[in-house]
Amino acid sequence: PPRTDVPNTASAHPGSPCGSASAKDSVEWEGRSLLKALVKKSALCGEQVHILGCEVSEEEFREGFDSNINNRLVYHDFFRDPLNWSKTEEALPGGPLGALRAICKRTDPGPVTIALDSLSWLLLHLPCTTLCQALHAVSHQDSCPGDSSPVGKVSVLGLLHEELHGPGPVGALSSLAQTEVTLGGTKGQASAHILCRRPRQRPTDQTQWFSILPDFSLDLQEGPSVESQPCSDPHIPPVDPTTHLTFNLHLSKKEREARDSLILPFQFSSEKQQALLRPRPGQATSHIFYEPDAYDDLDQEDPDDDLDI
Amino acid sequence: MFVELNNLLNTTPDRAEQGKLTLLCDAKTDGSFLVHHFLSFYLKANCKVCFVALFQSFSHYNIVGQKLGVNLTVARERGQLVFLEGLKSAVDVFFQTQEEPHPLQFLREANAGNLKPLFEFVREALKPVDGGEARWTYPVLLVDDLSVLLSLGMGAVAVLDFIHYCRATVCWELKGNMVILVHDSGDVEDEENDILLNGVSHQSHLILRAEGLATGFCRDVHGQLRILWRRPSQPTAQRDQSLTYQYKIQDKSVSFFAKGMSPAVL
Repeated sequence: PPRTDVPNTASAHPGSPCGSASAKDSVEWEGRSLLKALVKKSALCGEQVHILGCEVSEEEFREGFDSNINNRLVYHDFFRDPLNWSKTEEALPGGPLGALRAICKRTDPGPVTIALDSLSWLLLHLPCTTLCQALHAVSHQDSCPGDSSPVGKVSVLGLLHEELHGPGPVGALSSLAQTEVTLGGTKGQASAHILCRRPRQRPTDQTQWFSILPDFSLDLQEGPSVESQPCSDPHIPPVDPTTHLTFNLHLSKKEREARDSLILPFQFSSEKQQALLRPRPGQATSHIFYEPDAYDDLDQEDPDDDLDI
Repeated sequence: MFVELNNLLNTTPDRAEQGKLTLLCDAKTDGSFLVHHFLSFYLKANCKVCFVALFQSFSHYNIVGQKLGVNLTVARERGQLVFLEGLKSAVDVFFQTQEEPHPLQFLREANAGNLKPLFEFVREALKPVDGGEARWTYPVLLVDDLSVLLSLGMGAVAVLDFIHYCRATVCWELKGNMVILVHDSGDVEDEENDILLNGVSHQSHLILRAEGLATGFCRDVHGQLRILWRRPSQPTAQRDQSLTYQYKIQDKSVSFFAKGMSPAVL
């Protein structure tokens, strides 16, 4: 059975009632499927899930979910007319941030997950500071004094398209998230690099290979799946490249012994030291015969006489 | 249209998917052959086509279209093709009376915030005619090219919003298709163009990227085409969705072959 212990933002660590996670994707490794898988997980845990949908239509987002999941999803549609160009009264007042605040002011005490699809859209249309303040307010809403209604925990999931923003805004949003998932992969197998930040603890990171099943359940894997790696053909026997050579690559036993016992010429051993220090026994056994010809000048005087050797 | 490209994309005019956004981009080469392909493809598919042509004149597209078997003049007269000739109508902005906002109204305004007039032109062009019999299969928006809007002073976010609204209307509401060309500036640091290109990439279902060869110009291989399928409705549908081919453009066709398999070198 597939393991499902991906850090679940709904089960934020004790001590803080809310958790937030951001998923960073790229053009090649899209993140909406993962977002939908996490939304499904939250819905199956019994939470109500609010989706601020700015990038895809409600039908497209709900596609693939069965009815018991869809009943738990509330889709706030900012896809059809986000900038109110149609000038009708249908536009949701206050825009996406207004909707965000309205969700948090709800009276229902149950836990709630908010999925932002996408953070990139919000970041392109709102000042970064406004967005960060709104997100911060969402995750710390229980700390406002004077609020008597017991509000359940709020978890926030945000999808961010990393290539669209500079490092400043991305860093600011990352600092608000407890868990950051960066999508990548190789050769058809997707991976998630998960960075968890907990207060008063060191951040932990891990890389998890995964795939998403057609019903948007998450299937965690140990590594890139074997089928995606090229497999060698078992029917071809390995070929020995040393056959049919014109030279000998092998040594016989005697040759090997002779080679091992050979002293290298520049290797300094104690025998060599003794041989050098011992005076030479007897004269040199080689002679030089010299026949001077007519033009030679034989000087009997030794040119080295003046050297004091 | 180029039959070989249809084969690579596994599509024909009569069984093309609907509701899709296709992004064409070119880097260090001219990707306009892809624009001509899709223009003739959708005209042959009997679609109602709105062509926002900002880069070339009508006669240019017409001449190339005739080589590919479509007649733009006839299509325009029949009402199948709505053609916004950017080069000509940009001048009209200044000499036309101001009753209704011109699609390229932003050229007049010092601080044009958005491309709403252009979007309304597109919506008007492609809205289904009620009362009449359905002459056309589905609507198609073609834009050549989006980078021109950046050069004319629009911000990347404003252009992305225009694409967003077009996608909501053409792809989602009217179940039509969109084909958009964006140039990739490559090494030249153009942040606005990068945001535009990446933003449209994230919204696309199919990305066709024409690149020049890394080793430079070649007589027999004009470039390389990368095909990337995105946003499948089923998340596990073939994950291995990126293909690369090299191509050579001829007078009336384009031939595609696997990398290194150009007939000239085999």
